[in-house]
Amino acid sequence: MSLKRACAIAGVAESRLGVVPDSTVLSLQAEAFVSALADAGLHKSDVDGLLVSGAWGRLPGLQIAEYLGIQPTYSDSTMVGGASFEFHLGHAAAAIQAGLCKVAVILYGSTQRSRADKYIFQIRSDLGYQYEAPYGLPTPVGSYALAASRHFAQYGTTNEQLADLAVSTREWASLNPKAYRREPITREDVLNSGPIATPLNKLDCCLFTDGGGAVVVVSPDIAKTLDKPPVWLLGQGESVSHAQISEMRDLTITPAARSGARAFEMAGVSHGDLDVVEIYDSFTITVLLTLESLGFCPSGAGGEFIANGRTGPSGEFPLNTNGGGLSYCHPGQYGIFLIIEAVRQLRGECDVRQVANAALALISGTGGVLSSNSTCILGVE
Amino acid sequence: MSDEDLPDPDSEPYWEGVASGELRYRRCGSCDAAIFYPRSLCTECGAPDPDWAVSKGLGKVYACSIVHRPPPSFRGEAPYAVLLVDLDEGFRMISRLSEGDPESICIGDRVQVVFNDGPDGLPTPYFIPA
Repeated sequence: MSLKRACAIAGVAESRLGVVPDSTVLSLQAEAFVSALADAGLHKSDVDGLLVSGAWGRLPGLQIAEYLGIQPTYSDSTMVGGASFEFHLGHAAAAIQAGLCKVAVILYGSTQRSRADKYIFQIRSDLGYQYEAPYGLPTPVGSYALAASRHFAQYGTTNEQLADLAVSTREWASLNPKAYRREPITREDVLNSGPIATPLNKLDCCLFTDGGGAVVVVSPDIAKTLDKPPVWLLGQGESVSHAQISEMRDLTITPAARSGARAFEMAGVSHGDLDVVEIYDSFTITVLLTLESLGFCPSGAGGEFIANGRTGPSGEFPLNTNGGGLSYCHPGQYGIFLIIEAVRQLRGECDVRQVANAALALISGTGGVLSSNSTCILGVE
Repeated sequence: MSDEDLPDPDSEPYWEGVASGELRYRRCGSCDAAIFYPRSLCTECGAPDPDWAVSKGLGKVYACSIVHRPPPSFRGEAPYAVLLVDLDEGFRMISRLSEGDPESICIGDRVQVVFNDGPDGLPTPYFIPA
């Protein structure tokens, strides 16, 4: 069974990003919804599937459908943290392939910056978390810091290497007018930005912004009728590992190892075929661990892989070309923006940050505390 | 532990152990796996109702982060070292270096459990160099 070419992405859009005080978590999603449908050349009445995720509200999947005035006959509220939207893409493909819906919208929004919506990583002290709660681990950064500490000790990875990734990502952001932080930074800026939880410094950490996004996923027959070239889902895999960092067996291998293997096998492509890669960057270490787990480099070689500008606009490995969660936006759950940027790159819509002749893209979303991963391979042919 | 619904039926023997100076975990009667945090089935083979066991409280630091920007209720305590400790009996737990310079602990160091008052004044397992 395969999801290869089971669906295409026909429309993508962000809402306003950054600090958007004159919005609600619902209105921001509506903004993205309207724009993504317009991008696809479809109408609200065409939508029969809705996939949402969020920790706001009592029943987000119902509240947002009600607000939009749609009554989907297929819905999915999978909530596995920031990777949820890559899970949604696979689930939408399966639903479309099964004939359960034809036009599915994946939707997200957050006003965590302006309106103190319930932040997804609100500290809890019940159930399994009662064993972690007494120790003051800041969530999620402390968990990622523990993973980084392990990688440093096991492989000799350095803060300088992580800093170089933040610098390269910022260079991409400087080419994106929608990015929240665009001023250049240096390796020293990152190293001197102040420790949050060692070994991670402030500029190793993602932004904390408002923002929303929408992705319109359609059946192959509908895709062929639309004006813009379809972006096909060629492969997808997903994997869930744990909820708390103490339950992650090997802190250097993420669930991307399993989901990535499935995505590559389904798509029938290999690493060298990819033109552009978008990897969830909640923290610099997230990217390094995901690259290794996906097999872009051997275990332990991630530090070298990301160092010295290799992933920047003038490097050989175009990565996080919108500026990422580190510099473009990060409204709590970032994964939907990986899809949006990959689609724009594959359509050739990225202006000065366009990767030349981008035809094949990989996106990899990581949620929780290295807890969940879904990896998707997208292509225009 | 601060939630008023705690301890719960899964965790009551654990917290009772902590209060009496014991670090308890569970061990599967079928496949002998060590299980932590304690729960009602074996996470390896799925067998129900693993046995309770008592750890010697000795282990090795698997990962370590010094927290400089703590959650609000821990402000004033930073910097402190949060540890993942691999206990000799074969399970891993999260904890903290109990006292001393947080920079003094390294991954791979041997550590020993101690029971001190936690954030809510109740006994809580911490670790010191062994």
